[in-house]
Amino acid sequence: MTESRKTSGLTPSQTVGPYFAYALTPSRYGRSEFATGDLRVPDLSGEPVVVEGRVLDADGAPIPDAMLEFWQPDAEGRFASPLDPRGRSNSAFKGFGRVETVEAGKFTLSTIKPGRVPGPNGALQAPHITLGVFARGMLNRLHTRIYFPDEPANAEDPILALVPEDRRHTLIARAIPGEAGRYRFDVHVQGADETVFFDA
Amino acid sequence: MTLILPRDGLSAHPPSLHPDYKSTVKRSPSRGLVIIPQTLSEITGPVYGHETVDAADSDLTRQHAGVPLGERIIIEGRVLDEDGRPVPNTLIEVWQANAAGRYVHVGDTHDAPLDPNFTGAGRFVTDAEGRYRFTSVKPGAYPWGNHPNAWRPAHIHFSLFGPSFLSRVVTQMYFPGDPLFPFDPIFNSVPDENARNRLIADFDLGITEPNWALGYRFDIVLRGRNQTPVEEPHDD
Ligand SMILES: [Fe+3]
Repeated sequence: MTESRKTSGLTPSQTVGPYFAYALTPSRYGRSEFATGDLRVPDLSGEPVVVEGRVLDADGAPIPDAMLEFWQPDAEGRFASPLDPRGRSNSAFKGFGRVETVEAGKFTLSTIKPGRVPGPNGALQAPHITLGVFARGMLNRLHTRIYFPDEPANAEDPILALVPEDRRHTLIARAIPGEAGRYRFDVHVQGADETVFFDA
Repeated sequence: MTLILPRDGLSAHPPSLHPDYKSTVKRSPSRGLVIIPQTLSEITGPVYGHETVDAADSDLTRQHAGVPLGERIIIEGRVLDEDGRPVPNTLIEVWQANAAGRYVHVGDTHDAPLDPNFTGAGRFVTDAEGRYRFTSVKPGAYPWGNHPNAWRPAHIHFSLFGPSFLSRVVTQMYFPGDPLFPFDPIFNSVPDENARNRLIADFDLGITEPNWALGYRFDIVLRGRNQTPVEEPHDD
């Protein structure tokens, strides 16, 4: 029996590789997708937002074969997860999105601005979207967050407070001038303006 | 907020920078991860269940009019957490090359034939005991550009959710006895030998079906909860 060897520790992560799209983001291959970059559902309330950006490598070159996964609560800060002890929201809103970057490493997320979620010791966190980044050349998923600009709650957010002040801007989307509700968020995997990634 | 997902087992994972795998050099963070406490954003996760899949999604040999070429295989296993508890009703997505070592993906330029009867993508959900099972053909090894004469050992890509954002993992399953193991920087990126060997399925005569298909067992362990149970919400 090899049962003990097989269950004695985590199964290690491996890269998603370059060829995931026909399985994980397969609309181009004629297969149905259960998650896309459009999180909106018909009965959804909240402030519509669009986040667009790119995924860039150490040289600032676009990564055209990344997969991004987004996870967020509804506008009241409730997650569509049985592990949220406050109960599910009434909406069909899932709060999960998945996109591949293709041309020039670009992605677009259409959703609503997430509500505030309790953090350590019950203090409310600022609105944020949890983001996972996968790609060829990434042996592990990278974990980060998208925060919003002009958000007073950022100043008291317990997670942003753990990030060196000169790097916090890498977690905060930029408003696109003249386009209400549109934001820009680039993921710099490495380099001078490297995005802050988390270990939780 | 209570810390509910232990960190002890994380050393099983590869480092993000593994220079033998060249693409990691420019695609890994260089500044060190910021350790954060686990909040609801991390300990919750999306739920995708049986409504997401249909029967054809777990038999990759029956997705087209004809039968794919190659060695038919059945892969079965359980998804468990670190304490050995089953992870029920969780979505698994798989993808692989065909028996000749060629992916359907538009970017795969390997000079090996596509199989009109094989796509190589599947998805299925674990049952109440965390079990899954699917049918496919054994993928072929394929060359890649990492270093001279570089070949990937035969593998199937696995993507699993588990209950939370932190339990999510994407990995690869390998086949026992592959002669390419010593030469593959992706397989060898996992520093701990025991952890690395957990990526290799076991041949299992019990899963093997006479006159039909070889059987392999591949159990998967996801990041789990601490022993201390999370307090259930009260109605009052
Ligand atoms: Fe592969």
